[in-house]
Amino acid sequence: MTTSSADGARNAPEPEKKQGSRSRRIRPYALTGGRTRTQHPLLMETMVSVPQYDPALSESLMPESRVLYERARGRLSIAELSALLSIPLGVVRVLVGDLAAQGAVLLHPTADTFDHDHSVLERILSGLRELPA
Amino acid sequence: MVCASSPPDRPPAGGRSGTTGPPTPATTPTAAAAEASTTEPPALENESGPPAISAKIVIAGGFGAGKTTLVRSVSQIPPLSTEAWLTEASEDLDDLSWSETKSTTTVTMDFGRISLYPDLILYLFGTPGQPRFWFLWDDLSRGALGAIVLVDSRRLDESFTALNYFENDSELPFIVAINRFDGKLWHEVADVREALGLRAEVPLVTCDARDSGSTAQVLRDLVIHTMSLTTE
Repeated sequence: MTTSSADGARNAPEPEKKQGSRSRRIRPYALTGGRTRTQHPLLMETMVSVPQYDPALSESLMPESRVLYERARGRLSIAELSALLSIPLGVVRVLVGDLAAQGAVLLHPTADTFDHDHSVLERILSGLRELPA
Repeated sequence: MVCASSPPDRPPAGGRSGTTGPPTPATTPTAAAAEASTTEPPALENESGPPAISAKIVIAGGFGAGKTTLVRSVSQIPPLSTEAWLTEASEDLDDLSWSETKSTTTVTMDFGRISLYPDLILYLFGTPGQPRFWFLWDDLSRGALGAIVLVDSRRLDESFTALNYFENDSELPFIVAINRFDGKLWHEVADVREALGLRAEVPLVTCDARDSGSTAQVLRDLVIHTMSLTTE
């Protein structure tokens, strides 16, 4: 349901908005230009970090992207960024995708990236064995 | 919409006017990671440590089966919840007034994290309670190494929705875990398997979701099951 309407919005002309006079009550998806997809497949567990922090870049970002950029310095997943910053998942995905596209953040691989290779699963298994009881 | 100075009428996807050259079709997370990592020497590469791998396990089950308890028992962070905002049409959908009958619903998903090693992080995601949000289950399941369906043997019917999903609508490896409420196994495992109509190849285990050691065992059972299905 959301997917179809969002895809429609993606192809539709940009929603009416003025960059300079953005209302504080702007709807979340207006921040992403109506887009709900990124060119990077971002899973909820995909971890994001900042390879080389650039204060000037941070200054140039829109507030929502800036807080994501600042918070990602601590290497957090998409889901954690969403939860800690109270930004909906879909919005985090699009904004982080944009940051990744410009090389501002690093997207870490997931177990799925390696197609749940046995060496990854075995390492997860031994990690689970070593957990303090 | 990254830079405050970027033109508002920028193409929605693909043509990123601010970046150099044509948009690179970065198809995987690693593509972007490799691109970024080649630009800097390793020592300065990442102020938040070397690249890490994250994995995900889905914790499903009916209302009151103990999903949150299970996540809490092993999570190294206080369980967090994230929100997906949905716009959904109301029940009495009317073609002429569809735009007015939409309402926004918030669905929350609870999750926890276990740092197995500094470079290997495991996330546990509890499914949202409302069974009608199937596409959120799809989103949660995407990329997961498997799912655990937690059941209360005294209220088996509560778990049917989750079971049906993983039996019929998902490719994800899954196991079923009977939560021993108050530390007691209220019904024989074989009886529960029969009552659930569970296929023989689906592992059925028991656990005490309050106990971190017991939860860790169930997580290991799932990983072993996933490995058995992807024999090399």
